[in-house]
Amino acid sequence: MGKKIIEVRNLRKDFHVGEVTVHALRGINLDIEEGDFVAIMGTSGSGKSTMLNILGCLDKPTSGSYILDGVAMADLNKNQLARLRNQKLGFVFQSYNLLARTTALENVELPLYYNQNIKAKERRELAIHALESVGLADRMHHTPNQLSGGQQQRVAIARSLVNDPVVILADEATGNLDTRTSYEVMSLFQELNEKGKTIVFVTHEPDIARFTKRNIVCRDGHIIREQEVKDFASALAMLAEIPVNNSFE
Amino acid sequence: MNYTNLTKIALNALRRNKVRAFLTMLGIIIGVASVIAMLAIGEGSKRSIQDQVSSMGTNMLFVMPGSQERGGVQMGNTSAKSLTLEDIQTIRKECPSIIMVSPEVRGSGQVIFGSENAPTTIYGVDEDYLGIKKISVATGRMFTDREIKSYAKVCLVGKTVIKNIFGSDTYDPIGQTIRFKNIPIKIIGVLSEKGQNTFGQDQDDIIIAPYSTVQKRILAITHIQSILASATSEDKASQAYDEMESALRQSHKLKEGDDNDFTIRSQSELIKTFSSISDVLTILLGAIAGISLLVGGIGIMNIMYVSVTERIREIGLRMSVGGRGKDILMQFLMESVMLSVIGGIIGILLGIGAAKLVGSLMSWPVYIQSKAVILSFVVCTFIGIFFGWYPARKAANLDPIDALRYE
Ligand SMILES: Nc1ncnc2c1ncn2[C@@H]1O[C@H](COP(=O)(O)OP(=O)(O)OP(=O)(O)O)[C@@H](O)[C@H]1O
Ligand SMILES: [Mg+2]
Repeated sequence: MGKKIIEVRNLRKDFHVGEVTVHALRGINLDIEEGDFVAIMGTSGSGKSTMLNILGCLDKPTSGSYILDGVAMADLNKNQLARLRNQKLGFVFQSYNLLARTTALENVELPLYYNQNIKAKERRELAIHALESVGLADRMHHTPNQLSGGQQQRVAIARSLVNDPVVILADEATGNLDTRTSYEVMSLFQELNEKGKTIVFVTHEPDIARFTKRNIVCRDGHIIREQEVKDFASALAMLAEIPVNNSFE
Repeated sequence: MNYTNLTKIALNALRRNKVRAFLTMLGIIIGVASVIAMLAIGEGSKRSIQDQVSSMGTNMLFVMPGSQERGGVQMGNTSAKSLTLEDIQTIRKECPSIIMVSPEVRGSGQVIFGSENAPTTIYGVDEDYLGIKKISVATGRMFTDREIKSYAKVCLVGKTVIKNIFGSDTYDPIGQTIRFKNIPIKIIGVLSEKGQNTFGQDQDDIIIAPYSTVQKRILAITHIQSILASATSEDKASQAYDEMESALRQSHKLKEGDDNDFTIRSQSELIKTFSSISDVLTILLGAIAGISLLVGGIGIMNIMYVSVTERIREIGLRMSVGGRGKDILMQFLMESVMLSVIGGIIGILLGIGAAKLVGSLMSWPVYIQSKAVILSFVVCTFIGIFFGWYPARKAANLDPIDALRYE
């Protein structure tokens, strides 16, 4: 058993829209340890994104406690939350969210710009290293519109890695990609996880969830099931089985 | 984020929308250019007026008949004739701060030599006149006290008069006799050239003769039209003014409470009047330019709102990777300051260029003050901060999730 990275107790989140109150999360308890690779699953509207946003310190819970790497989130103000995101968290979004007309390298450098302690030279080195680890060292100076969707997502993953976060949070990171590219991205996540990165991955595709170590299923703001993935599949191996360009032949 | 990086981001953002950035800057460019040009033109003419007025002698005093204290309305005939030769005597006796004093009578008419004639003005004065007006005799001589006493028909002429009636201003007219209102007058001297004064008046289109001659033979009057005097020094000017006032009141037998039937003007007062006129002008021009800067600022604010709205997702992303509200605020503030400062710099250069062009094309005196340039620069920075503040504030206060989700 590794170190506890995430500890969530009785987490609730309500949204007030006009007269109506939406109970998006109704008492979540969750522990994630260092080196874990968790898929959060569930139907649309079950509260996956809401939960991930709170885990990512982008949003505050209505009640309940959340401790990230030993820091209790409840006591922090906006700026302290920003600092936490900057130094302990990495995000990967469904729509990549890269800065347009900005090179891959500069996109990856972005989080480090907001860290006063990292000087220009170190920033560049870390970014190059992160791009190398996602296999895009040769695309460093390309802008997003010169990259495929899968490549853009890998740049986004490099960006989430560059600050050496305690956990990477991904919301439907394969949602915009075809099967083959999804598998490529999953194999990259698996590789990172093998090196010790903790990853929390939201998806509603069981096909993708089987590449993680543990699946958590939500419904109506509750966690209804939690299970270890027994036949933990290797995305790389699966990739080899899919014929290239099969649909066009 | 440090300032270098903020500057880089801001410049990149502007470069991506070059045309839009330029159009936004245009308001500031026009505003600043007009401020610089107008101030340069205003200040230039102010300085040239001051130079010319003081070249006439800052310790000069000028007395006119009639009270002009109330709205410049001249009194009736009696007061128009209120100045006499006795006044000159009184001033000579009673005013220790006045070193020179001369009466002045003027007559306009045709000056005739042979078949040539030209309109001009003859000034009847005494020997002190040249000293007071800082005119010197180029060739020949000034008339003497004896010639004044004997109503001698002698005169000195300015260059323009020579040119008009003798055909060339290099002609030596000394000894020639000209006719003014049918009175033959002999030229005994030539006045040195003075050029135009501030009001574009040709100061060389002048004939001077003994006041007695002009009074008796040309105008047939006994009073004098004005008195010119010179204080012993510039800082004695106001003392001289007071002395002259009481001397004239005494000479005119005015009782206490009676209004002056004459008006004294001093040169330093004249400078003040001109300065205040051109100050008002400068303020007026400045206000117009200020309004165009305001319009420019509103343009910047408008485009900054557009810029923030366009980049809401970018803002969300920056926040999600650790950008604080303050970082986002600074980013957009920097962008608006860049817009206005770059606009300001272009405007300053354009304004200087325009002022120089006006100066050389219209031979108008221009003077570019470094004060105005620095002020424009500071004002631009301020405009950038002021008008960029609300859009930047709006960006900084965005909720990261809402921003990331923004369509
Ligand atoms: N900002 C908000 N304001 C109001 N209601 C919200 C807001 N965000 C989420 N909700 C509601 O909270 C519930 C959970 O939403 P959430 O986005 O977490 O679902 P999800 O599991 O991520 O779904 P999907 O798989 O479609 O992404 C939904 O009912 C949604 O309508
Ligand atoms: Mg979702």
